[in-house]
Amino acid sequence: MGKLLRSALFEVYERYGGNVVDFAGWEMPVEYEGLVPEHNAVRNAAGMFDVSHMGQITVEGKDAEAFMQYMVSNDVAAAGDHQIQYTHFCRPDGGIVDDFLIYKYNKDRYLLIVNASNVDKDFAWVNENKGDFDVKLENLSDQYSAIALQGPKSEEILQQLTDIDLSAMKPFRFQDGVTVNGAKALVSRNGYTGEDGFEIYLGNDDVVALWDKLYEVGKDKGLVPAGLGARDTLRFEANLPLYGNEMLDDISPLEASLGYFVKLDKEADFIGKEVLKKQKEGALSRKIVAFEMKGKGIPRHGYDVLADGKVVGFVTTGYTSPTLGKNIGKAMVPIEYAKIGTPLQIQVRKKAVDAEVVSAKFLG
Amino acid sequence: MKIVEGNFYSKDHEWVKIDGKEAFVGISDHAQDSLGDIVYVELPDVGDEFDKGEAFAVVESTKAASDVYLPVAGKVVEVNEALDDAPELINEDAFANWIAKIELSGDADTSDLMDAAAYKEFCENE
Repeated sequence: MGKLLRSALFEVYERYGGNVVDFAGWEMPVEYEGLVPEHNAVRNAAGMFDVSHMGQITVEGKDAEAFMQYMVSNDVAAAGDHQIQYTHFCRPDGGIVDDFLIYKYNKDRYLLIVNASNVDKDFAWVNENKGDFDVKLENLSDQYSAIALQGPKSEEILQQLTDIDLSAMKPFRFQDGVTVNGAKALVSRNGYTGEDGFEIYLGNDDVVALWDKLYEVGKDKGLVPAGLGARDTLRFEANLPLYGNEMLDDISPLEASLGYFVKLDKEADFIGKEVLKKQKEGALSRKIVAFEMKGKGIPRHGYDVLADGKVVGFVTTGYTSPTLGKNIGKAMVPIEYAKIGTPLQIQVRKKAVDAEVVSAKFLG
Repeated sequence: MKIVEGNFYSKDHEWVKIDGKEAFVGISDHAQDSLGDIVYVELPDVGDEFDKGEAFAVVESTKAASDVYLPVAGKVVEVNEALDDAPELINEDAFANWIAKIELSGDADTSDLMDAAAYKEFCENE
């Protein structure tokens, strides 16, 4: 491992009481006041996260649409201009290289927001597969900083710092070249918490001033700085997957129960299509399910899952849900144990604790 | 941060209050503060015996599960069952809410433990 990376917001962590840890090669705050109060603030008011570690890769050129259609499993052509689409890069064997958001400017220009831990892998992947496509690929990850403002009060807070009418911006849409707090920025309406919210991408030199200003205008409305801890519990409760937990090089989107985002009927061939098609047609042997603990114990990432007295799978994410107060999780299990109501057991240290497969819509 | 005089403290942030052949063991105020909201305490069984430094309980916050190590060797004679239903009691008062009562095996070896003053300095330098 090389030297840990720091975002342009590094200096604010200490000023706002952040507790800094190593995450995906970055020094980032796991929490400020505390995971649970931050989680609740996002559900009830608003929270602000440094998401500068996320990677930015641009794809431009006359073959950009054809290249994207070949690279990803979703149907890029179905997205309108200035729309955001969730998708995956898959390997030929169907395993997930990364999951990310495509910001579509138009059919010739795309911005991909990818996982921090996968930036180098992704950039190598698009270059390896570029072939004869006439596209220009750039990794601009160093040039952007970003703040995610999340929670029901987000619009009200951000509207104080920009002239564009945020109420007119629909979910999964973005606008570039917007002025926010006097700086040029890209603003999108989306997030990773299950709440309404925005992501604001801007230059490294402007991000500290925006962070301080957001807090100044938002704190009376309940806005708090939030860390990676709350980011994980929020996304988990909202049934949003995380690369490294629900997705890996050897887990396909169908196995990850993300089939909705795999468009096998799109015309273009894409990497992994054949394997995914077979899985869809009945060759799927395992998938990720949601479960709730029936006995005492908190499921955690990596714990064994048992059924009929033997180990059959593993927990991908588990928590005591701050919103629901229940012990819940996600687990990879053989398809015969995937039906709602199926009894499972989770190995919590020395004890096998009873659990049951439930709907993944934890928050209803 | 609260530190109680008369207790011994370990580098892993357990406290032990020794009274003759018995001892009460818990985690420090500093430990509960670092863990955040405690949502589960896995208690040992009465009768379990542990060596010094062995994990005898687990305290879980939303963030993570943390082992609790026994600062002195002994046998569990009582557990704080109130923590079963109300693990947050440790957040409210980490010293009043002990985890287990221990019958010491022989004389307690406290040579590697800290008194209140030394522990205060240890936490400040951490």
